[in-house]
Amino acid sequence: MQSKDSNLNDTVVVGSHTVSRKKTFDWRNYIVYFAFIGVIIYFSVTLHDQGFVSTDNLLNIIRQTAMISLMGLAMTFVISTGEIDLSVGSIAALSSLTAALALQAGYGMIGGVAVGLGTGLLVGLVNGLLLTKLGIPSFLVTLATLGTVGGLAMWITDTAPVPIVDATFNFVFGSGDIGPIPILLIWTIVATIIAHLLLRKTSFGRQTLATGGNESAARFSGVNTQRIKLLVFLGSGFMAGFAGLLYAGRMHAGRFTFGQGDELSVIAAVILGGTSLFGGVGTVIGTVIGSLMIGTINNGLIIMGLDVSQQMMIKGLIIILAVAFGRKAIKR
Amino acid sequence: MEKPMLSMKNISKAFNGITVLDSVDFSVEKGEVHALMGGNGAGKSTLMKILTGVYSADQGEIYIDDQLVEIKNTDDARKNYISMIFQEFSLIPTLTVAQNIFLTREDKTSFGLLNDKECVEKTRKLLQELEVDIDPDELVGNLGVGYWQMTEIAKALSQETKILVMDEPTASLTKKETKILFSFINQLKSKGYAIIYISHRMDEILEVCDRVTILRDGKHVATEDCKQIDLDMVIQYIVGSSMNKAFEWKEREYATDVAPVLEVKNLSLGSKVQDVNFNLYPGEIVGIAGLMGSGRTETVSAIFGTGPKDSGDISVNGQPVTIKNATDAIKAGLALIPEDRRVQGLVLEHSVKDNIILPILSKMQKGLFIDNKKADKVANDFVKKLNIKTDDIYKTTNLLSGGNQQKIVLAKWLANDPAVLMLDEPTIGVDIGAKTEIVDVVRELADSGKAILVISSELPELLALSDRILVMHEGRIIKEMQRREVNTEEELQHAIQGF
Repeated sequence: MQSKDSNLNDTVVVGSHTVSRKKTFDWRNYIVYFAFIGVIIYFSVTLHDQGFVSTDNLLNIIRQTAMISLMGLAMTFVISTGEIDLSVGSIAALSSLTAALALQAGYGMIGGVAVGLGTGLLVGLVNGLLLTKLGIPSFLVTLATLGTVGGLAMWITDTAPVPIVDATFNFVFGSGDIGPIPILLIWTIVATIIAHLLLRKTSFGRQTLATGGNESAARFSGVNTQRIKLLVFLGSGFMAGFAGLLYAGRMHAGRFTFGQGDELSVIAAVILGGTSLFGGVGTVIGTVIGSLMIGTINNGLIIMGLDVSQQMMIKGLIIILAVAFGRKAIKR
Repeated sequence: MEKPMLSMKNISKAFNGITVLDSVDFSVEKGEVHALMGGNGAGKSTLMKILTGVYSADQGEIYIDDQLVEIKNTDDARKNYISMIFQEFSLIPTLTVAQNIFLTREDKTSFGLLNDKECVEKTRKLLQELEVDIDPDELVGNLGVGYWQMTEIAKALSQETKILVMDEPTASLTKKETKILFSFINQLKSKGYAIIYISHRMDEILEVCDRVTILRDGKHVATEDCKQIDLDMVIQYIVGSSMNKAFEWKEREYATDVAPVLEVKNLSLGSKVQDVNFNLYPGEIVGIAGLMGSGRTETVSAIFGTGPKDSGDISVNGQPVTIKNATDAIKAGLALIPEDRRVQGLVLEHSVKDNIILPILSKMQKGLFIDNKKADKVANDFVKKLNIKTDDIYKTTNLLSGGNQQKIVLAKWLANDPAVLMLDEPTIGVDIGAKTEIVDVVRELADSGKAILVISSELPELLALSDRILVMHEGRIIKEMQRREVNTEEELQHAIQGF
């Protein structure tokens, strides 16, 4: 374990020519994996008779968590820059509706998808521009768009759901299974691989982490930090729009309640996964595990007979625990 | 003589009508380490900021290899092979050494993905070449200060560079790290880099530099060969003949046969503060002189509990006190006005009054609420007493000048009536008029019986204020001087250099 204090002391006494190479195993980096395994074992034992470990139930968990995972992937980038996006749930709702409306109006599947994703990109663009051009903190910007876009989603059809009858759309975006594998699992895996490569293996990812690690240093090093921030918000909007499509495809409709309150789960998944709320440290795989863990807990609690209100309380507690235990003090 | 690699000609710059640089000439040759010296406000950093494109000059030309170049921003500087070693500014603690060095210039694989292996290998080679033992895969946040700096230099050298600017590079280094840095600089020199070395430490400059240029009050004073000068000449150049009359010392009367109000015994913090002992008497002003990194700030923050300490006993009015944080210190009757008042001293968006009463809110209460009449009176009293120039006490503090902001910080602490007042660089960034006023206020406070400890890098100011001066060097108090025994600024300069 390495705390800030021990680092400080090291710098005081370092007088030798060799740097102490302390590659200690920091369990905090892996806490989510242990916790996830622990949760699965716990429910497997206590809920064995209620069918927690059945293939059906496990696949169900994956279906339920796919949207959170996908939004979490993009949120990992946002939080890695030291920003936050609270508007993802509202964007998903609006996108599910705009896509459904476009399908209903006969624009076809490609039209529907384009409109849904475009909706997400547009809101992401607005978020990003308000942050980078006007300098409004992302917390405020996205709190505002959370409300505005959420309201828009209710108003656009006067709270009425819009049914989707396009079977291909419903199959590809949520409802389908390829053999035994739910299509939502495929989307999750594909997006995770792309996001992981993007964060770890591209200049964009590196610059995202640099921006969150020390923004002025990044700027001095030639990173266009404003552009990076704009891009991560575009990405977050896009993925929220995509999650909206998946909700729509899974439920065969667009509806303003889809994604409602998802921002809490998404942020919890990212933080739980080990991405630092202070920026500079991010992990895509951790986010997916975090999301699966929250999904598993939700699922387990439902099987145990707890209701939504209790689930929400537990989700809140998990966030606090995750931040408290995963907190890594980083020397500036 | 070789043709200069860099030459800056006739450079002038003014901020808000105040001339900071006045037709300064400066040139550096290939393979030369050229020191740039001068007191605070002499214009060294402004000149370098012009060179590195942070500011642009009002007048003058810059030539590199005899070519006239235009440096409008930091990108232009980089294109002209100029690199500046920032202290801790351009590294990202959450990335590794290799990732930092090649940030935005990473190698790519044929798929367009980052080739970290290649970067790590290149970094390893670069560090080997520079004979620095750093693991390219180590997180920069885990490195010690000295290695942080070498990483910084390695980063500058990883891109094509001809001119390297180092600003007080040894300020936070230990002796051993300094040695390593110097052999490193000599190596760079032999490779043909031109190095501009800004420092206040003459022993270092004499050791590592070839020539030295001295600026004073924005003017070029002299450029000399380091082999042909000595300390006295340099001090003479830096100090000049005209002492500022505003900073005249007045001998003050105070009792020394009474018990000290503050006693500090065996205060230590690693190598930064070593076995520091001193007493402070009521009504006395003690100055702490020393170079950057000599442990002055660490000493006062250790006393005040805002910084760490390994050991040391502190007594106030004869009573031993345990100080773990600022609250303990304030309770014990201490006050510290930190160096960076904008960050640590004031809530800039709040009014003059709100800032002044912040530390004494509990005394301003009437029942549950703040007694505004009383608070207004307290605030108005201080505005009058310290001659703070503001329209009224409701004006927000960020609208006031630097000097007046500093006075509000003073007022804020005085409101609590401390027995000991510690000031860290009290006049940094304030204009000369406000400076003399602050000097006067500090004197008045001492006359009213408060014990005062002042850290200042501006020697005229320190000499004007102090009754007694402690000189710190490498974490120790190496000399204690009664003010009346010090005749000239040169004497104090000598002491500070640790000779």
